[in-house]
Amino acid sequence: MTDFIAVDPAVTPVPDQGAPVLEVRDLSVDFGVDKKWVPAAIRLNYEVRAGEVLAIVGESGSGKSASSMALLGLLPSNSRVTGSVKLAGQELLGTNEANIRAVRGKDVAVIFQEPMTALNPVYTVGAQIVETVRLHSEVSPDEARLRALRMLELVELPDPEKAFRSYPHQLSGGQRQRAMIAQSLSCDPKLLIADEPTTALDVTVQAEILDLMRNLRNKLDSAIVLITHDMGVVADLADRIAVMRRGVIVETGTAAEIFHNPQHEYTRALLAAVPHLGQGGADSAAEVDVTAALAAATNAELSSIPEDQLLRRERENAAALAAAEAAKPQGQPVLELTDVAIEYPKQGRVPAFRAVEGANLVIYPGQVVGLVGESGSGKTTIGRAAVGLLPVAAGTMKVVGQDISAAKRNGRQLHEMRRHVGMVFQDPSSSLNPRLPIGEPMFLAGVAKGGELQKRIEALLDQVELPRNYRNRYPHELSGGQKQRVGIARALSLKPKLMVADEPTSALDVSVQAKVLDLFQNLQKELGFACLFVTHDLAVVDVLADRICVMQRGRIVEQGTRDQILRNPQEPYTQRLLAAVPLPDPEKQRERRELRAQLLAAGQS
Amino acid sequence: MKTNREFEHFVAPVEETPLLATDAVKVDDAPLSLWADAWRKLRRRPLFIISAVMIALIIVVAVFPGLFTQVAPDNGCELANSNGAPTEGHPLGFTFQGCDIYSRIIHGTQASLMVGVFSVISVLIIGVTLGALAGFFGGWVDTVIARLGDIFFALPIVLGALVLTQLPLMRENRGVWTVVLVLVVLGWPQMARITRGAVIEVRNADFVTAARSLGVSRIGSLVSHVLPNALAPIIVLATMELGVFIVAEATLSFLGIGMPGSVMSWGNDISAAQSSIRTNPAVLLYPATALSITVLSFIMLGDALRDALDPKSRQR
Repeated sequence: MTDFIAVDPAVTPVPDQGAPVLEVRDLSVDFGVDKKWVPAAIRLNYEVRAGEVLAIVGESGSGKSASSMALLGLLPSNSRVTGSVKLAGQELLGTNEANIRAVRGKDVAVIFQEPMTALNPVYTVGAQIVETVRLHSEVSPDEARLRALRMLELVELPDPEKAFRSYPHQLSGGQRQRAMIAQSLSCDPKLLIADEPTTALDVTVQAEILDLMRNLRNKLDSAIVLITHDMGVVADLADRIAVMRRGVIVETGTAAEIFHNPQHEYTRALLAAVPHLGQGGADSAAEVDVTAALAAATNAELSSIPEDQLLRRERENAAALAAAEAAKPQGQPVLELTDVAIEYPKQGRVPAFRAVEGANLVIYPGQVVGLVGESGSGKTTIGRAAVGLLPVAAGTMKVVGQDISAAKRNGRQLHEMRRHVGMVFQDPSSSLNPRLPIGEPMFLAGVAKGGELQKRIEALLDQVELPRNYRNRYPHELSGGQKQRVGIARALSLKPKLMVADEPTSALDVSVQAKVLDLFQNLQKELGFACLFVTHDLAVVDVLADRICVMQRGRIVEQGTRDQILRNPQEPYTQRLLAAVPLPDPEKQRERRELRAQLLAAGQS
Repeated sequence: MKTNREFEHFVAPVEETPLLATDAVKVDDAPLSLWADAWRKLRRRPLFIISAVMIALIIVVAVFPGLFTQVAPDNGCELANSNGAPTEGHPLGFTFQGCDIYSRIIHGTQASLMVGVFSVISVLIIGVTLGALAGFFGGWVDTVIARLGDIFFALPIVLGALVLTQLPLMRENRGVWTVVLVLVVLGWPQMARITRGAVIEVRNADFVTAARSLGVSRIGSLVSHVLPNALAPIIVLATMELGVFIVAEATLSFLGIGMPGSVMSWGNDISAAQSSIRTNPAVLLYPATALSITVLSFIMLGDALRDALDPKSRQR
């Protein structure tokens, strides 16, 4: 596949190492809102060279996406861009639309976050790549087709011919993202802008796409601008990093400098807020060396770690596991699932869909159980069934001692049971009624009246650390993290024995997530409720959970204490999942990557 | 890494980019509901101001016609004035029957507006209830209501009205209420459809699930959580339908199946003006203009409301 550059003599050869491919000077972006200019990016300076990955990191509202879209003139018409953007010495800003269009797709390509919406659903993948190729170079349809096929091969799609003929919806998420990358690379761009390329993907798929991008960088010698909020992804791929906040670059440096010697306060705070797998909660005994644990469980030998060091790390791991096994839970289970199957009931002509099969799970009072899995694994389904929102098709489910598997839908028994269960939702903006002040939902349940009720609402707001006068606010006046805190307060309003939290932090920025998780953990300790914490993020579960259940395709494939899962994962799927989580540290991530490669190789043989 | 150049480690001056509190709370702002927000946007829109002033004026005219004219609209008619030109105290001239046009328009406002308002209120009650039930419960409830609505929807309004008004009971009691009844029977499916769509959109939102998981009953969550969020399109449609119903009343009266001749309404006046349209077009023109202005005001108000209430149309 390396011959692919040679095939097309028209494209520029490997650029001069000295000259940057992209040079950004004093780039400012403003948006016109209500007849005022609101700055999105302020005087940015950076450059990217061929074969180099510059990661622009920042939380939402930092201007990382807006400034990158400005490079291509892809911003809405109410924006204003000033400064200078030079692509291989040619100025892009201020040139006419035709020039920019010639550059777009040919010299600069963009990989978007959501491949399903970025690919046109009415054309085949192949047709879309052929279109891109023919738009920018004069080749015959046959030649364009060949080029498209070569591209699909390059992005390591298992069957390029088939992918060529497929429509976007016929491919999986990861395959779609590969097809999208193939399309962006089809004109051999000098610069590739990847805007959150793996954010919409599952963690194992993300690891594959990151591998692909690393391979491509070595093969193609394009300059890559990687826009992301995920420090793990940055650690995996970036050579240099620019940290943005509120439209300003607060720090730039090599990956090693930023991760090991961050100078700006914000960079430090950001790195501290990123949960990384193995760190554990605030008071957990010790950090788990997941790499060593995985190496031990799979008998891997790693070249990136000296053998005696690996052995020592494996031994420490085994000792900690033995200690953790000693502690046992007690009391009557708050949630007990025995061979539970859950179906989405049939609707009209759509047949019933069995989302969970044969699930066994026990949560004791005061215990936090993390339910981890990738999309479609059925983790949310279990969470919803535990609140009685979905019927149990087989097996028994006991909530707070009551068997609800035979309870009538919307019946009295479920109504009673719901008083003991609180639920926190994923999307903070859709989980609060936009027409009601945030204090309102808390007294809907009718537990208290009058002055007592007012006190209760104030207590709840105190608990989630919101000012008391916030109770007359409306949801749209609150930030995402604050809305999520209101969501937690609402779930607590009935003093539940069981809390079901469905990805409560996945829509939040890292620093906000850290704060919400911290709050959640304190509340859990203080109030002692049991919790089923549903998430796709292993690192978050690691911070909170006493026990971890790993789900795959509707089944719980492995469960155990946090230490059992992290220190001694047995199931190949769990091992692969753990190995796929990127670590926010370039060196540790290199070890992890090697391990993952071995795991996958062992799995195939 | 292929490059071997030196990278400088850039750090922005901390004084210029200080660290701020994560997720800071603003304590001093006054709370602002979505309705208040919409109102703030509305009151600066000329479209809204003009239509609101017009509608206020129309309402005053309908309630206190005596404030605007001292001339009696019907019993002061003198055939000597038939199709007469404007004179002192009669600014718009006279009809074929010798009645004061201006006075008839002022006094006719009441009937037209009453038909519009009562039709819309009834349509709101029936359409919103049925539409909300259909959208919220789905299944067979939805099917029955949707098919029922389709049947009425398929009837052309004039044809349906012709048939309905010829029923013996209706023929004997012709008046404002029969017209309202006809318009409601033929007009509710539109409102039910809009409500159903809006309810379906909101029904699966997390906050509805959250309310139910807190023990709120199904009907309770429909009333306190789903409906308030489905209200925006309903209000817009209701405002516009008010104008549409006023036109429909005029149409029916023009065809002779609306208001009885004894009730003063713009529709009746337009109908009566047929005979003198060539000799004195003013007789037709003035009530028709009053009708147009009223309808236009309501539709403009509906437009302004839609812009203010629909979050999607705000992003421009």
